[in-house]
Amino acid sequence: MINYVYQLLTPGLISVKYKEMNLRDKVIVKPTYMAICHADQRYYLGNRRAEKLKQKLPMALIHECVGRVVLDPTNNYKIGQKVVLIPNVPSKTHNKDMYENYEKGSKFLSSGIDGFMREFVDVPADRIVPYGDIVPENIAAICEFISVTVHAANRFKNISHNIRNKIGIWGDGSLAYVLSCVLRQTFPNSKIAVIGRDGYKLSQFSFVDETYFSDDIPEDFSIDHAFECAGGEGSYYAIDDIINYINPQGTVMLLGVSENKVAINTRDILEKGLTLIGSSRSGIEDFKKAVLFLEDEKFRKRINRIIFEDRPVNSVQDIHRVFETDLKTQFKTVFKWNL
Amino acid sequence: MIFGAIVAGGVGSRMKISKYPKQFLPLGNSKKPILIHTLEKFILCDKLDAIYIGVHKDWIDYTEELIAKYGLSSEKVVIVEGGKDRNLTIINIINAIEKKYGESENHILATHDAVRPFVTLKMIEDSINAAIECGASDTVISAVDTIVESTNHEFITSIPNRANMYQGQTPQGINMKKFKELYYDLSEEEKNIMTDACKVFVARNQPVKLVEGDVLNMKITTANDYKIANIIFEAEKND
Repeated sequence: MINYVYQLLTPGLISVKYKEMNLRDKVIVKPTYMAICHADQRYYLGNRRAEKLKQKLPMALIHECVGRVVLDPTNNYKIGQKVVLIPNVPSKTHNKDMYENYEKGSKFLSSGIDGFMREFVDVPADRIVPYGDIVPENIAAICEFISVTVHAANRFKNISHNIRNKIGIWGDGSLAYVLSCVLRQTFPNSKIAVIGRDGYKLSQFSFVDETYFSDDIPEDFSIDHAFECAGGEGSYYAIDDIINYINPQGTVMLLGVSENKVAINTRDILEKGLTLIGSSRSGIEDFKKAVLFLEDEKFRKRINRIIFEDRPVNSVQDIHRVFETDLKTQFKTVFKWNL
Repeated sequence: MIFGAIVAGGVGSRMKISKYPKQFLPLGNSKKPILIHTLEKFILCDKLDAIYIGVHKDWIDYTEELIAKYGLSSEKVVIVEGGKDRNLTIINIINAIEKKYGESENHILATHDAVRPFVTLKMIEDSINAAIECGASDTVISAVDTIVESTNHEFITSIPNRANMYQGQTPQGINMKKFKELYYDLSEEEKNIMTDACKVFVARNQPVKLVEGDVLNMKITTANDYKIANIIFEAEKND
């Protein structure tokens, strides 16, 4: 079968690649809803180093996607089953004691290999997670994004010491928001404080205990552990604040992506005996947990607040439109995929 | 119910590079026959209850073997003997469907040329939805070249406004019952000039809704088309 793959050829230029697909061994999924991640937007705009762009393009974007099963030669799924697609491709020598998302040799869709902007996607049976009809597709579309915060919360739970009276989250964007939702339900007895820069965005965090502007943090403010969700140029200031306000022996989870290297105050890290953990992407177990979160009504309602659904994509021109829309939306942009 | 009809009736006399009808020519790196590429796209359309393929009687066994070879044999894929022209092939397919599933006012048939393997799921679904809505649909692209009409084949008789001109492709969606009624209402003379299903609807002033096609949804008719199709299969289209 001739499959249409909508590749980013160079920043701002989408090109269709006609690719062979066989129907014999993998599950064939029709993508139905997608969400845009900052990483996709950076490729689309060309905000990556020239050598990275050269190395990774042409490539189909998007790694946040849901779809429905249209063919399953593996006989694991019913035709029509709604599923979340997992963009992580574990290495062939996957060691079960390791997280699949950090393994050497693992690959990630829309980062060097084609993402989900395709007419059909063929995947091994263990690269999709079914979800119930109770979850609308436009919300399920950001399941991968949720799974990244589930993964971070899970690692945090395994690594940090048990005094978790107050957890600080630096950042007021989508990542901080979704992480707050996950932490709120995972640690109901902990106080959650969010530190950001944008009043409108901070006002959305109605379910956390405290919110502060980053330039107006009380002097006596302290936290037991912290999550950095700022990324970019904000990473430096966020990490510096965290080291400053965190109690000794706290765990600092780093989630924000920065294109440039970030200078950090190692003297105080040493003095306070802090643990810094890098957390990125997610694996199948995190996706399964993320689906369980989404099946909870309260959680889903909170997530729904940050989702902006743009008009459906029916043409290549519409792909350009959704990326432009995403630049103007405060949180997550999702869209129906009709191609 | 909704059915697919892949029309592969001809024997391909226009193609010199091969003795095979063109739908059986290999395409792409896999060297899979064109018909198989087309059939696979239809198989992935979960709206379809069954897919019927109309082929010339001399090629029925060959087609059956081919479908089995590519692992696509199932109850949902049925081969029917083609008629002497396109519409008669469609009539044969409709008769086979009605024999198995009974007649219904709501049966929809998405008819498609076997030699248009670049069809998308969207085109198939759009043509089905439009046929459900108004009885018939035609996949078209806006005319790029000026269309010139010459009834005597020597001088121009008219040049229609290009803005109103489209080029017809397939899929064409039809309400089966309506199509049959209209077709049998035609005189033999009319039947002879009916090159496709939509024309039957238009001849009897029935609405046919337009569905957006794509330049790439090309019909592989000549050796040159075949060469182009092989090139673009692994090449890119910029927008």
